[in-house]
Amino acid sequence: MRRIQMTVDGNAHVAEVEPRLLLLHHLRENLGIGGVHPGCNTTSCGACTVHIDGESVKSCTILAVQADGHEITTVRGITENGVWHPMQQAFHEAHGLQCGYCTPGMIMASISLLKENPDATEQEIREGLEGNLCRCTGYENIVKAVQLVQQHEDEMAQHAAS
Amino acid sequence: MIPLAFDYEVAESVDHAIELLGQHGDEAKLLAGGHSLLPIMKLRLAAPTVLVDLGRLGDLNYVRDEGDHLAIGAMTRHCDMERDSTLGEHCGLIAYTASLVGDPQVRHRGTIGGSISHGDAASDLPSALLALDANFVVKGSGGERTVAAGDFFEDYLQTTLTPDEVLTEIQVPKLNGAGWSYKKFNRRAQDWAVVGVAAVVERSNGSIGSARIGLTNMGSTPLRATAAENALSGADPSSVAEATSSADEGTSPSSDIAASDEYRRHLARVLSRRAVEEALTR
Repeated sequence: MRRIQMTVDGNAHVAEVEPRLLLLHHLRENLGIGGVHPGCNTTSCGACTVHIDGESVKSCTILAVQADGHEITTVRGITENGVWHPMQQAFHEAHGLQCGYCTPGMIMASISLLKENPDATEQEIREGLEGNLCRCTGYENIVKAVQLVQQHEDEMAQHAAS
Repeated sequence: MIPLAFDYEVAESVDHAIELLGQHGDEAKLLAGGHSLLPIMKLRLAAPTVLVDLGRLGDLNYVRDEGDHLAIGAMTRHCDMERDSTLGEHCGLIAYTASLVGDPQVRHRGTIGGSISHGDAASDLPSALLALDANFVVKGSGGERTVAAGDFFEDYLQTTLTPDEVLTEIQVPKLNGAGWSYKKFNRRAQDWAVVGVAAVVERSNGSIGSARIGLTNMGSTPLRATAAENALSGADPSSVAEATSSADEGTSPSSDIAASDEYRRHLARVLSRRAVEEALTR
């Protein structure tokens, strides 16, 4: 067993874990965060995407011990005082989901994508989400949701400037 | 999808990693980003009893301009390379090839040193590094040595690294105006290359001076397309199609669910032509 400490959604957590425990299982089973979805378990589908230090990663392919000392953000931690994150709001407005299973991973990957490339083109959004699979074939509205966040941010920037 | 149990050690320095490898022998494996190793451990195709984690060695994440070449730290991640302006300016082939590895989440974790040390012939960076005539700096209990990319890969998932050695740095020559290209063929986004071709082409008075071609997934190791390189040497740019028709000579591609060996040979020829043609435009 190994003692690890990490910040998860703003809260410090200390745990004793087996080295082979995956971050995915640590988040779900030890910390009870059901919004981190296990999907393919083979680094393909992206349903388990969370952020480590603000960057998207697949939690099924990271050991909990590798995350020792780092800051983890899951879909549960992106709301602020009960208000949805703009990306969650946009997925709602653009109907960027059908069954919803891929959605937490899609949202976390999309936030990371726009952080790195705020002005991503449609093509860049599609390529930027290549690590996340949606089996309801809902990609059209997912791309529109990401673009909606870009539009909202443009509008806010214009308001601020005027 | 849970790995077999193992002991976990955190390396505080390269020397510490070498010491830990020496203590645990060849049952130990180095862990960098873990995006090659952990998937095969989860499938239980690999079951090291000790993992030595290099994840805290932030001082191995760098790209430095060393005059005639660039030095890339072994723990530099794919996402760091795709964004690095020094690489973009002097060795666009590496920045571009890194941007094609896996998907964004994979590139946030995977490292150049991990990819090379894993020695998978289906990985994109090794064949690009072969085409560049890169050198790898390796450190072990016996000291430091430099290995040419062409001497590094020995067989399927086997490299010249001994059980107590750590790859620390990758040295790539600056392109200095040579054209380059990487053509990756796959059926779906984020898949491994069915075949990939890296090309570095030097021009000389309107003809091709020399061309170096690296092949991904055309055998048990990344390979050079030597026959095509010889045919391209001094050739007129109009004869690229003919010269690259021998790009699969000396290769031994496998047949699998993605492609037959025959189709891989076809891809190697077609992609070599496209890569050299594109390199000539850069």
